[in-house]
Amino acid sequence: MAQFTAALIPGLLALAALLGPAKGVDIYSALAEGALDRLKVLLRIFPALVGLLTAVYMLRASGLLDAVGQALSPVLHLLGIPQEVVALLVVRPVSGSAALGVGAELIEQYGPDSTIGRTAAVMLGSTETTFYTVAVYFGGAGVKRSRYAIPAALCADLTGFVVAAWAVRVMCN
Amino acid sequence: MAMSIIWSALVLCSVLCGAATGQLAAVSAGAMEGAQAAVELCVGMAGALCLWSGVMEVLRRCGALESLRRLLTPALRRLFPAAARDGETVDLLAANVSANLLGLGNAATPLGVRAAERMARGSGGRASDGLCRFVVCNTASLQLVPTTVAAVRSAAGCETPFDILPAVWLTSALALAAGLTACAVLARLWGD
Repeated sequence: MAQFTAALIPGLLALAALLGPAKGVDIYSALAEGALDRLKVLLRIFPALVGLLTAVYMLRASGLLDAVGQALSPVLHLLGIPQEVVALLVVRPVSGSAALGVGAELIEQYGPDSTIGRTAAVMLGSTETTFYTVAVYFGGAGVKRSRYAIPAALCADLTGFVVAAWAVRVMCN
Repeated sequence: MAMSIIWSALVLCSVLCGAATGQLAAVSAGAMEGAQAAVELCVGMAGALCLWSGVMEVLRRCGALESLRRLLTPALRRLFPAAARDGETVDLLAANVSANLLGLGNAATPLGVRAAERMARGSGGRASDGLCRFVVCNTASLQLVPTTVAAVRSAAGCETPFDILPAVWLTSALALAAGLTACAVLARLWGD
């Protein structure tokens, strides 16, 4: 598995390098345009991240995050979720940039290869900003009665959190 | 507006809690550290994110989106039988899922909203079972290469940022399965 994930990125780069000329695509300008697009997105979320990471670091330093984790630890323990990631569970469905900030802080604080860092990464990578997504799709489609869409989506998020913690314990290390 | 409330609550809670536990000096240091961390995170992620976005743009122009769309259409027809009666809706659905899989979120959203619009026609603002399923598919992040997370990890000094991929795939797949199961169960219980 480690070899497969190691080969994935070089493989996809090689695929782009091969397919591009074969299909007559101007790869270099596509590469540059894609990069520029992403840079614009990054620039747009940067100010939000300054505000959010400031708040998250303050919250961590004040000891409140640990206290909340401690208080919820019986429930989290039952679900197999490390109590350190409690803030991520709360913000993930609500705000994408807040979740990115909280997740990045955990990964930085505990190390990207620690169990907590990995759990945060898998949670971040396998769930979405549920409330935002539902609002965008139903708002755009003119749907007023969302019925069970939000409970069902939150069910998916909760499963994602539990499975993420379990998958890291079983599949990593 | 929601973010303003969240931010204020976070800051006020940390100041109050820091004052109560005598950790105000640490909170003050944390504030400066957090702002600095945002810069480091963005700079640290930028390279990987831009490269990846460039590669995906190359693959998109090579027609990867189109091939993926054709590959997914039969499965989506079965998952959304009501929408499958309209060819264009299925095309939009498949294009939305394909763009999500490739991590082209900016392209995926407008396609998905157009699909949702077509699915909601004549329903009087009520989300049909199919539409609920479709939105749940979009809230379970299906992505072949979760680049943002990999970029965060490599910004934190990780040598193998992609080694969590199998765990991410498994987690996404099971979360989606749970969401769709919840849809199936709730569709019967919820009534209107």
